[in-house]
Amino acid sequence: MRLIDTLQYAVSALFRHRIRTVLILLAMSIGVASIIILTSLGKGAQRYVQGEFASLGTNLVIVIPGRTETTGGAPTMFIGETPRDLTLDDAQALKYHYSVRRIAPLVVGQAAISYGGKERDVPILGSTSELLNIRHWSLAQGKFLPKGDIDRASSVCVIGIKVKRELFGPENALGEWVRIGDRRYRVIGVLASEGRSIGLDVQELAIIPAASAQALFNTPNVFRILVEAKNRESIPSVIEHVEQTIAERHQGERDVTVITQDAVLATFDRILGALTMTVGGIAAISLVVAGILIMNVMLVSVSQRTSEIGLLKALGSPKKQITVLFLTEAFLLSSLGAVIGVAIGQLASWLIGRAYPALPLGAPLWALISSVAVAIGTGLLFAALPARRAAGLDPVEALVHR
Amino acid sequence: MIELQQINRIFTVGDQQVHALDNVDLSIHPGEYLSIMGPSGSGKSTLLNIIGLLDRPTSGTYLLEQQNVTSMNDDTLAHTRRNKIGFVFQFFQLLPRLTALENVELPMVLEGVAPDERRKAATDTLTSMGLADRLHHRPDQLSGGQRQRVAIARATIMKPAVILADEPTGNLDRHSGKEVIELLEQLNKTNITLIIVTHDPEIGLRAARQIRMVDGKVMEDNNKT
Repeated sequence: MRLIDTLQYAVSALFRHRIRTVLILLAMSIGVASIIILTSLGKGAQRYVQGEFASLGTNLVIVIPGRTETTGGAPTMFIGETPRDLTLDDAQALKYHYSVRRIAPLVVGQAAISYGGKERDVPILGSTSELLNIRHWSLAQGKFLPKGDIDRASSVCVIGIKVKRELFGPENALGEWVRIGDRRYRVIGVLASEGRSIGLDVQELAIIPAASAQALFNTPNVFRILVEAKNRESIPSVIEHVEQTIAERHQGERDVTVITQDAVLATFDRILGALTMTVGGIAAISLVVAGILIMNVMLVSVSQRTSEIGLLKALGSPKKQITVLFLTEAFLLSSLGAVIGVAIGQLASWLIGRAYPALPLGAPLWALISSVAVAIGTGLLFAALPARRAAGLDPVEALVHR
Repeated sequence: MIELQQINRIFTVGDQQVHALDNVDLSIHPGEYLSIMGPSGSGKSTLLNIIGLLDRPTSGTYLLEQQNVTSMNDDTLAHTRRNKIGFVFQFFQLLPRLTALENVELPMVLEGVAPDERRKAATDTLTSMGLADRLHHRPDQLSGGQRQRVAIARATIMKPAVILADEPTGNLDRHSGKEVIELLEQLNKTNITLIIVTHDPEIGLRAARQIRMVDGKVMEDNNKT
C-alpha cells in the first residue's frame, strides 16, 4: 500500500467519525497548549527576575559592613552589629585594582525635601558620579553628580521624576534650590529611570554627593560600597582584593561581607528553572490523559469498524497493514492535535503577554519540541493496543459482525 | 486447481466440540461453476471460508493451484487472497464512506497499484457492469442490486482465479437477484471459477455442479470426476 493511500484512507476514516476526531483533537491540543502556556509562564518569571537584576547593574560586588560568621543561609543584609564601619576612605581604597571598573559608596537615609511650601519625605541616597553608570540609570534633564573628590560635600542634588513632578509640577526644576533636611541643595538633574531596584523606587529618590549625605545624617559611615568588576571572570579576584584591602585598613580584620548578585541570580535561576520543569511535567500528565482517551476511542472504533476490518482482511490486507492503518490514524490525530495545541499555546502566551507586559513570556524551544514529541509518542503508544487488536481479529467473525 | 484433502474444522463452543467440517474431500477444476447447498449449520459457509483462506482447517491439506496453503504464514496468505480470490458477500460489505469507484479500487489500493492505473481499471470494470453513471455515488445512494454489482466489480478487479459468493442474492429482491446471478455467470464464462453458497434451490440448481452438505459432510456431488 502506498504511503499517500494509507494517509488518505486514515483521513477518510477520521472524517467519517467527526465527533470522536474533534474530541481527541481537543484533548490533545489542550494538553500541548497547557505545557506551552505553563512553561512560558515559568520562563517569563525567570526572565523577569533576570531583568530586575540586570537593572541593578552588572558584574556587581556589594560590600556590606560587618561579617556574619555563619556557614550557610543568606547574609543578614539590613541588621547586624558592626565592629568597624565602612568609610568613604575605604571606598576610595577599593578603587585601586586593575579589575575594578567603578566604585560607588552608598549612604542611605530618609529626609524631607521641600520647595516653595511643598514638602515630601523621600529616601536620600548619598553617592558619587559613578552610581549612574553602575546602576544603568539615565537622566531626563540636566547632569548627574559631578566627578571629583569623594570627600567634597557640594550642595547639589539629582531628583527622581516623581519628586520633580510633585514639587515642581510642569515647571523647570534645574537650577532651583530645594531644602533637604536643614540644608539647601541646587537641583542639577532629573532621573528618567523607572522601575524599582530592591525596595527603592527610583522615581522617588533624591541623590546627593556621599560626603553631603554624611554631613546631612551626621555619620562618618557608609551603608554599602558597590564595586563593579571589569567582567564576570574577574569577580573572584575583585572579591579577594576587597577583602584584603579592607583587612589591611581594619587592622587585619576581614569584617565585611561581600556578596555578588551573580550568586543570588544563579539561585533564582535554579529555583525558577526547576519550577518551570515541574509545571511542564504536570502539564505533561494531561497529555498522558489524552493518550488514554485516544486508546479508549480507538478501541471503540475497532469494535465499531469490525466488519470493515474483516473486509480489509478478505480483500487481502496482512496484519501489518491493518496495524499501520490504525497507527496512522492515531499519528494524524495526535500530530494535528499537537499542532493545534502549539498554536493555542502560543496565542495564549501572546495574549497573557499583552495583558501583563512586564512579564517577558515565551515558551522555550525545548518545551515546544518535547510537548509535540510527547503528544505524538503517547498517541502512538496508546493506539498500539487497539491497532494490534484490530490486526488480530478473526476475519470470519469480523465479517459476520454487524 | 482447488484440492481439499481430508479437511476437518472443529470449533470449540463452551466445552463442546462442534465438527463443522468432517473429512471433506473436494476437487475443483479451473473454470468450474459450482454451487454449495445445504441447511444452515451444515458447514457450507465454513467450507467457503476455508477455500477463501479466511479460516484455517483444524487438519487436512488444501492445495490451491498446486501450492500447499495450509502452511502459509499470514503475509503470504493475505497476498494469495488478494491476488487469486474474489469475495462476494450477502451484505455487500462496501465501505459507506467511499464512492463506488473507490470501493472497487480498494483491493488495488491495498496492493499499491498506481492511482491512474487503478482508476482506469475500476472505471472499466464498473462500466462493463452497467454502472458508468454511478461511479461517484456512495453505497447509500445505490439500490441493493447496484451495490452488489459494485461488490462484484471489486471482487473481479484483481483478476482472481476464483470468485466465492456467500448468499449473493440473500439480501436482494428476485429481479435484482437474478441480474446478479447472471452477472456472476457471465464472469464464469470468462474462465473464472465460480463457487456460490446458497440455500435457495432455484439459484443452486443453475450451477453445472451442485454439492449438498449435511452435518459437515459432502452428501451429494453430481460431478464426481
